[in-house]
Amino acid sequence: MAGKTLFDKIWEKHVVANVEGGPSVLYIDRHLIHEVTSPQAFGGLKARGIKVRRPDKTIATPDHNIPTMDQHLPIHDELSRFQVNKLKENCEENGVLMYGLNHPYNGIVHVIGPELGITQPGMTIVCGDSHTSTHGAFGSIAFGIGTSEVEMVLATQCLMQSRPKTMRINVEGALQKGVTSKDIVLYIISQISTGGGTGYFVEFAGSAIRSLSMEARMTICNMSIEMGARGGMIAPDEITFEYVKGREFAPKGEAWEKAVAEWRKLPSDADAKFDKELHFKAEDIEPMITYGTNPGMGIGISGKIPSLNEVEAASVNTFKKSLDYMGYQPGDAMVGKPVDYVFVGSCTNGRIEDLRAFAAFIKGKKKADNVTAWIVPGSKQVERQALAEGIKEILEAAGFELRQPGCSACLAMNDDKIPEGKYAVATSNRNFEGRQGPGARTMLASPLTAAAAAITGVISDPRTFLS
Amino acid sequence: MSIDKFVTLESSCVPLPIENVDTDQIIPARFLKATTREGFGDNLFCDWRYDKNGNPKPDFVLNNPVYSGQILVAGKNFGSGSSREHAAWAIHGYGFKAVVSSFFADIFKNNSLNNGILPVQVTDGFLAQVFDAINENPKVLVKVDLENQTISVPAKGISEKFDINPYKKKCLINGYDDIDYLISISENIKAWEAKAEK
Ligand code: SF4
Repeated sequence: MAGKTLFDKIWEKHVVANVEGGPSVLYIDRHLIHEVTSPQAFGGLKARGIKVRRPDKTIATPDHNIPTMDQHLPIHDELSRFQVNKLKENCEENGVLMYGLNHPYNGIVHVIGPELGITQPGMTIVCGDSHTSTHGAFGSIAFGIGTSEVEMVLATQCLMQSRPKTMRINVEGALQKGVTSKDIVLYIISQISTGGGTGYFVEFAGSAIRSLSMEARMTICNMSIEMGARGGMIAPDEITFEYVKGREFAPKGEAWEKAVAEWRKLPSDADAKFDKELHFKAEDIEPMITYGTNPGMGIGISGKIPSLNEVEAASVNTFKKSLDYMGYQPGDAMVGKPVDYVFVGSCTNGRIEDLRAFAAFIKGKKKADNVTAWIVPGSKQVERQALAEGIKEILEAAGFELRQPGCSACLAMNDDKIPEGKYAVATSNRNFEGRQGPGARTMLASPLTAAAAAITGVISDPRTFLS
Repeated sequence: MSIDKFVTLESSCVPLPIENVDTDQIIPARFLKATTREGFGDNLFCDWRYDKNGNPKPDFVLNNPVYSGQILVAGKNFGSGSSREHAAWAIHGYGFKAVVSSFFADIFKNNSLNNGILPVQVTDGFLAQVFDAINENPKVLVKVDLENQTISVPAKGISEKFDINPYKKKCLINGYDDIDYLISISENIKAWEAKAEK
């Protein structure tokens, strides 16, 4: 019998029942909820006259719709305030733990899960948010669900799911200086397109992945949804255990030893078979930047936007529409293009390591006058750490300010909107039309490439600043 | 709770020959502050449909009276991006009952099915033929038969089979919802928990 993949092992352990000719009933270990995709689910529970089945496995945080300034004041936008209050009410009624605004553990759901040790290897984790895939970096099955499914999990702690196919993406070798895990994932998406992973659960493997920190691994799994995958995952190892150890929700003492022993059994067996396998070389990857309106439209920063004859005939119209929106021409170089805004934050690159990298890069330099920069920590804990490490002072000395945690300009539900027609280099994950505000034009990049843009005022290759 | 039943549907179509339509386009994030499922249909494709002042943009298909119907026909990779079910609510709220494309993003597909909207995945070739047929005659009827899993354009004599999970098919035909089913097996869930947690 062929060996099992990491995915198989976790999946099989969580199947409660199989529906004939249909999906599996999958047990969910952790359910994370936030204010935007849960109210209708709680409404549904009420209509059925039931309560949350396992409040002890459910954790809530408001993050999408909150201001990133003056968080001590009541939220001024009426609808946002109502939605955030609704979350609180629903959690109170159902006995669900919530880390509300100003709580020392508040933050973006995919940042706080890992940093509190809620996220652990071998678990099934869901949230009404597509970037739940982030948690897969710990060797868990984690994926985003819709609101009907949120209701399903609240009601039964289970989910009806068809078993996805498995894919392994191997990245071997060493990264060039100035190339980060964000560039790895943008590179892969540019190669396989935003639909390249649809129907699959992806395991990222290979020496380039294994050498990454947990923060960097999370960035990769975070964006697996941008290749269409159901989720992404990375086998747990010593780096994983080291990260989880001692965190608030992590097992302690004897339970810890037992847990680690189990987690060590999780990695894919040497003879495991995947439905599909892809290979990339780390040294082929440059700092990446997107030029279009989906995350697959990315190029190495020294490259050029494809010309029309390089685009598949059937996709030419979509391609043209996208470049029109961006105000770019086919064949243009990206380096030197103007930048109005820089956004550093989100569940992709709003962790302490990202702020450290940004701060180290801009230290002793000055923000370009034409650039407005929003540096938004992913959580209260990240914010506190940034203060403790002196990152705030470094930022301020260079003309930047540190805002308060939240999703912010990643999806622009709050006031942090990029104005129409303006260009933003963003460390978040989506460059869709209007994603950062109606008419906003987004270029996705790593924190280093964002830093290079922030001090030069144009798209710049971060490698030219690194000796 | 239950969803709309879906058996067969014969309707003219609204064509949207754009690829990679993401859920941010279907319903922009600023409309996600609602706490109920109602009212999203008015803002379906809002930024393509209306200008800054809220006036309909005449060149967008939903504003073109030539096209109408309960079937949305869209380019490859429809519904990618955010998991927001609000996208399915907006499509449902507007009055669509089926979406035809040559590729759907996973979460969107689930969300549609959970709201009684049938995602019909066809081949690239068939999709092109449907767009051609609509081009020739905007009122051309497309027939979706869930029981037999076929989609056809009777006037053109073309048809194709489509795939759907048999369980989901049964749910749609009968208007069932997953939660009813899961609640009905709560004893199994309890037994599973007892075993796992000991
Ligand atoms: S930071 Fe962006 S991608 Fe992440 S959860 Fe918030 S809105 Fe979603």
